[in-house]
Amino acid sequence: MKPTKKKANGKPAKAQICLRVNGEPVEVAFAPHKTLLEVLREDLALTGTKHGCELGECGCCAVLVDGRPVLSCLVLGVAVEGHEVTTVEGMAEGAKLHPLQDAFAELGAAQCGYCTPGFLLTAKVLLEETPQPSRERIKEALAGNICRCTGYIKIFEAVELAAARMAGKPAEPSKESIYGRR
Amino acid sequence: MLRLPKFRYLQPKSLAEAVRMMSDEGPDAAFVAGGTDLYPNMKRRQQVPKVVIGLAQLKQLRTTKGKPAEGMILGAGLTLTEVAEDRRIQRAYPAVSKAAELISTPLLRNMGSIGGNLLLDTRCNYYDQNYEWRKGINFCMKKDGKICWVAPSSPRCWAVQSSDSAPVMVAIGAKVKLVSSSEERVLPTADLYKDDGIQYLNKRPDELLTEIHLPPTNGWRATYWKLRRRGSFDFPVLGVATCVRLAGDGTVEHAKIVLGGVGSHPIEVTLSEKAIIGKKLTEETIHDAAEAAYSPAKPLDNTDFAMSWRKHMARYYVACTLRELGGLPQNLPYSETGNNVPALRVFSSGPFS
Amino acid sequence: MGGANGAERKNLRVIGKPHRKVDAASKVTGQTKYADDLVFPRMLYTKILRSTVPHGRILKIDTSKAESYPGVKLVLLGKEMPIPYGALPVSEDEHALAIGKVRMMGDPVAAVAAVDEDVATEALDLIDVEYELLPAISSIQAALDTPEPRIHEYGEFGNIHRRQVYEFGDVEAGFAEADYVREDITFYEGSTHLALEQHASVAQFGHDGKLTLWTCTQDPHYLHRSLAKVLELPQSHVRVIATTNGGGFGGKCDPFAHEIIVSKLAMMTGRPVKICLTREEVFYCHRGRHPVLMSTKTGFKKDGTITAMHHRTILDGGAYGGHGVASTFYTGVLQPTTYQMKRYKFEAVRVFTNKAPGGPKRGHGTPQPRFAQEIQMDKIAEQLGLDPAEMRKKHLVPSNSLTVNWLRVGTMGLGKCIDKVVEGSNWKERFRKLPYGKGIGLACSGYMCGAGTPIYWNNMPHSGVQLKLDRSGGVTVFCGSTEIGQGSDSILAYIVAEVLGIDPFDIRVVTADTDLTPVDLGSYSSRVTMMTGNAAIQAAERAKELLVQAVSAKLEVPADRLVLADRRVFDKENPEKGVTFVEAVWLAEAKFGTLGTVGSYKPPAAPGKFKGSGVGPSPAYSYSAAVAEVEVNPETGIVVVPRIWMAHDIGQCINPVVAMGQIEGSIYMGLGEALMEEMTYRGNRNVVHKFPSFLEYKSPTTMEMCDVITYLIEDQDSNGPFGAKEAGQGPQLPVPPAIANAIYDAVGVRIDEVPITPDKVLKAIRAKAKGQEGRYGPTVFPHCDMPASIFVPTPEEGGDGKAVERQPVLA
Repeated sequence: MKPTKKKANGKPAKAQICLRVNGEPVEVAFAPHKTLLEVLREDLALTGTKHGCELGECGCCAVLVDGRPVLSCLVLGVAVEGHEVTTVEGMAEGAKLHPLQDAFAELGAAQCGYCTPGFLLTAKVLLEETPQPSRERIKEALAGNICRCTGYIKIFEAVELAAARMAGKPAEPSKESIYGRR
Repeated sequence: MLRLPKFRYLQPKSLAEAVRMMSDEGPDAAFVAGGTDLYPNMKRRQQVPKVVIGLAQLKQLRTTKGKPAEGMILGAGLTLTEVAEDRRIQRAYPAVSKAAELISTPLLRNMGSIGGNLLLDTRCNYYDQNYEWRKGINFCMKKDGKICWVAPSSPRCWAVQSSDSAPVMVAIGAKVKLVSSSEERVLPTADLYKDDGIQYLNKRPDELLTEIHLPPTNGWRATYWKLRRRGSFDFPVLGVATCVRLAGDGTVEHAKIVLGGVGSHPIEVTLSEKAIIGKKLTEETIHDAAEAAYSPAKPLDNTDFAMSWRKHMARYYVACTLRELGGLPQNLPYSETGNNVPALRVFSSGPFS
Repeated sequence: MGGANGAERKNLRVIGKPHRKVDAASKVTGQTKYADDLVFPRMLYTKILRSTVPHGRILKIDTSKAESYPGVKLVLLGKEMPIPYGALPVSEDEHALAIGKVRMMGDPVAAVAAVDEDVATEALDLIDVEYELLPAISSIQAALDTPEPRIHEYGEFGNIHRRQVYEFGDVEAGFAEADYVREDITFYEGSTHLALEQHASVAQFGHDGKLTLWTCTQDPHYLHRSLAKVLELPQSHVRVIATTNGGGFGGKCDPFAHEIIVSKLAMMTGRPVKICLTREEVFYCHRGRHPVLMSTKTGFKKDGTITAMHHRTILDGGAYGGHGVASTFYTGVLQPTTYQMKRYKFEAVRVFTNKAPGGPKRGHGTPQPRFAQEIQMDKIAEQLGLDPAEMRKKHLVPSNSLTVNWLRVGTMGLGKCIDKVVEGSNWKERFRKLPYGKGIGLACSGYMCGAGTPIYWNNMPHSGVQLKLDRSGGVTVFCGSTEIGQGSDSILAYIVAEVLGIDPFDIRVVTADTDLTPVDLGSYSSRVTMMTGNAAIQAAERAKELLVQAVSAKLEVPADRLVLADRRVFDKENPEKGVTFVEAVWLAEAKFGTLGTVGSYKPPAAPGKFKGSGVGPSPAYSYSAAVAEVEVNPETGIVVVPRIWMAHDIGQCINPVVAMGQIEGSIYMGLGEALMEEMTYRGNRNVVHKFPSFLEYKSPTTMEMCDVITYLIEDQDSNGPFGAKEAGQGPQLPVPPAIANAIYDAVGVRIDEVPITPDKVLKAIRAKAKGQEGRYGPTVFPHCDMPASIFVPTPEEGGDGKAVERQPVLA
């Protein structure tokens, strides 16, 4: 962290850091008490990262720091100097959606969409560590993300669908999950 | 957006530099490891340090040393995820890994440290509120005010010890190492805590918790049961850590039973221990131990759940820990559904949970 | 209406298929812009100073220190906005910033606009406010007992906001006909929406004198009217753009103080002004589930026939009117939609208290009485020794009938719903047969598909759709409806695609912009699919007509033989013969000029003609039946819900996977209300909200969510677009009573209030063990002087749905 020079108006100097965001090197300056959440949204225009409480109580603001899901509302911006940050904007590979994004879209696992980035990034790491997770394991891994729209069911199903597809299986959602029982 | 107040952030490169920085900056400085306790408190203006000394980058705090047979040493900066997922800890100290696994959420466990959890600020529904809210009751004695709203006639603060790891460390007899620029000391975890919501630690602000010394595994066994509303996020409204050593015939040779979440410090229930020491764990002796835990549990109306119910639960949870350690069935009317029914984890974390 | 709304259409290509939502791709990539994502050059940030007393007069406000604080641009006070507003014209009792008086903790008092949020926050602490404390009211009983001081100067009297008494047929005569009469007193605690997105708004005022507000509102049209009124601008100079809502559930329906404040600040500073509330402030906005105390007295015969019901409710309204008058009606008007009852009397009272105001939350006013009614049905069945599923099925309101209170029911699929969940849950083998600690319970419900009347009196459509067809073959749908996650944007695309024979993703949807889109009243009362859907069908049919005429002339094929499908217009008798959709558009534009059509929808007139008959009527009613399975630990009282079976009568799925999501989400919210969610206050501590936070307001996580088995029952309703009915609210209603009934099946105790927390269950279990009544719940229904009934003979008794003169029955 390089503090820039103290400004004439008495405002605290900005911190300037280098880090990697979504695979690209980034240099950014910001007030040193800002959280990673604020830096991403306000200084890097990456508004895909959401916030629902800013106290670590909802899971909306989850991002990956060095591949681990953390809550950006409780990480200082200056503390990620030299680290790799992944946000929802970095999940798709070029024009191709990540299988999780695709499955979420297919099953309506994103209703209002506000908690979705946090769920996607948390689930991404889950599938990297546990490629074929049980429903129980999915619940545990996503237990730090609250969703008020879906009742989580479509999210669980989407993670399972993506896991199957990532394993190379030509998986389709079950008839019951998209048509209901009749 | 709820934002942090302004402060200076320092990033020491070594432990020595960290404690020196603290001694230079004085009482307006605070250490931060994971930040999952301090930053919310700062955003709510419960704590407003002018200087924050970051520890997350210090590798010395993230090491695991020693062997279970001689005792293991955990760096205080290990994340709760690291503690929960460490195979050696899981095998040798299952109560420790279990307690770590039950703390808050997977995301927060990736950030929060085991040392931070041991030092967790005491909690209270009158204190863990935004500045504006606290202004509405003219604040409380723990921060900016004069009275304890939980017990207005009381001269003391009744904020609640809410760490999951604390009762476990006390029960198994772990020690902690505190380092300052002038000295180092190792003390039993039990001595780290004080029965006061404000001065809840026997630790000077300039001291840094660097290590947790787990005792040798020489025949004792321990478990931890946590009562909370949901299977994630929630702090314990009751935690029971129980450690016993049984003789070959099952007689209890040693017992420590510690309650968390029902007082300002981890409460050792010695009468419960007495009820089983020298006896075998049977439904009768467990019943006596459970009864003896009722009176020392002193939940107040400052956490989730009705306080009288929480007090009742002390009995039940003490019994559950002892049944588990004694290999007795938990006597649930629907035990055939097993422990893996997901929704059974709703409120707590023991086998019924 | 029949075929006009597509209900008789066959061979559906788009409708009924699990298409992706039109906004799915942008939502999974983080591209959707919510209000707080918007940034404008020179934008200022606002923070609101809120009351720190529950009830008081403002003696003095000193803003001088804040005004001179570096970075502060303006400090705004209530006197700048003296015109009151409110969701309903009958209770416009709010000011954007307090004038003279505050009525709850968190009432907005002053606002600061500053260069950034840090400065605005710091400046708040520099504003000195002196209050004279007034006695505060924190409960229904206190409101009834404390006529002075009044929280508001209007209302019935004292702190009673509203009283309503309706009697359909002579209930006392009905009780006299009954074999048994029972009265049950129940309580439903308040709960809040807890949408993940905190309310946010950005306002911009141009030098042309026009205001634009981007805000996460569910009801841009009503907000538009309120803004113009309070800001004293012509409505034509106000533009409201509802940004995609990060969850609504009813919590973003009211016009809110912060929306007016940023607008005023933008007008005064000439700069864009933004606000994003903190989670705590969202709790103060609230407008969620009213706490309701209920008494349900029901007369019934040995076979379960209901001869009369006298249902009384008292709502804890909180500090403002909001939608409260409507909420009050809803605590009774939908009771008769499920089971036949011969006579029905409904009395409701709403009181003011010094708490965040209640309002519309998913199910608006109806989950509370539904809980009361469904647990009473369980008790009646038990008393009569009948199976509660069979008993309900025997007395269902028939399809195409009028209820006792003059609501017109169209299709009624509740019987099929009951059959499905009974079969799926293996009910007959399990009910009253499971081991102690395990149980299953059943409950049902009915809900409306859109309110039959608008919030303000007018004769115009409730929903309008415009279609634009251009030479690219592109179709744009313009509609005032608001996407809150329920899929309303997608519904428009599916419907237009179906009619025009194109792909939903060929269509661009422009919604919720009062400058660009025709009025839709808003995303509330499960009205959007019903009303925008019908309007969209009309607009699309009119566009289709233009295309067909042009193609018919060109191909020399009679218009009635032309089919629109697969992006073509072709002769159904010779499918080879046709043109592409793009060619059809060219032909039509050449023939008719620039192509655009409109559609509109207005619900059918209500059959009831009495004062107050406007609340309750709906074009159609959806029905749901649920079976919940529970496990109760009798040592702790802890209740776990492993599984819920839900069958929902949806008429016709526009998109089944979207419908499934609505149903699963409804179950989730019902589960939360049943077991843990509560908005509670500390009456003895300045009436502070106990825990206005995401952590301590308990919302179920992945770990608490139960397994769900969903049955979709399709019984097309002639009023619905393609026969569709709602799915977003109704399925929540039966969840709490099904759980309460299951707990009785498991451990034999009745928990007559929600949330059903373990301490309540344990108390009831212990009471039962001691030989006392195994029940937890309220025992007393307080007295309130009520006016004479509005008396309306039932349809069965004849009459024309008008009220008649009648002496009140001596009771």
